[in-house]
Amino acid sequence: MLLAASVTWLAAGADRGWTKTSVAVKTLDEVTGIEGITYKKQFVPGVDFLGASALVAGLLAGTSLFFRNKNKSTTKN
Amino acid sequence: MKLKHLIPLVCLTTAVYAAPETFDFKDPKGVNNAVFKLDAPLESVNGSASGISGTVSFDPENPAATTGKIIVAAESMTVPNPMQKEHLHGPNWLDVAKYPEITFEAKSLANVKTEGDVTTADVTGTFSLHGVSKDITAPVKFTYLKDKLSARVPKMNGDLLVIRANFEINREDFNIQKGQYEDKVAPTIELSLAIAGACPQ
Repeated sequence: MLLAASVTWLAAGADRGWTKTSVAVKTLDEVTGIEGITYKKQFVPGVDFLGASALVAGLLAGTSLFFRNKNKSTTKN
Repeated sequence: MKLKHLIPLVCLTTAVYAAPETFDFKDPKGVNNAVFKLDAPLESVNGSASGISGTVSFDPENPAATTGKIIVAAESMTVPNPMQKEHLHGPNWLDVAKYPEITFEAKSLANVKTEGDVTTADVTGTFSLHGVSKDITAPVKFTYLKDKLSARVPKMNGDLLVIRANFEINREDFNIQKGQYEDKVAPTIELSLAIAGACPQ
């Protein structure tokens, strides 16, 4: 799970800020020379996404210890 | 008569008497914006506001006499992180429900220099934020674009005025979490304004 989260974070640009749900898009107004800013919806995972993934992965790994198979297989000759 | 019908009439009257033109900064193209940046040791907050309105009286023959008021709707301030935006608008920070407008009212200009269509100056006026008003002085650049309105808004003749200003304010001067969270939210706020106003004729 942590590996998948890390790959997602890297693939999305390895943003070291907080997770974003929108990104700024700049458009140039040719008459005035002003750069207008609009926001488009886009999920950009940040370091909090990595941290939360690590926490969940740790909890799942810890929980899995309680569900280990206690039946050991034995072989008879 | 609606305000939008009155503005061309005012502009026409002022043109005849070579008096200042009144520019309306409610931008139909939606490119007018104010950018804010806060660079703290632990966090950087970058965002912009688009809800800009107001009027500026500008005389290309006498730019030093420029006056006006620019209003930014606090609700239009946006940052890409939804939780940061919620905190920014919330009662602990800007409290946009209680203080819906951020305004700057220009009172006087100094160090006015004009070269062609471009005028630079230091504008002094009253900046109001979070219910606190304070006089500040900031460098400003005016670009007067005569008869360029039709290039931007088809079938509408008139002039454009572009205003650019970059300045800094301190959030503590405006009672915004004074002395608090300075490692995450910088006390100094960098502001950058780029707006265009129209005077139809």
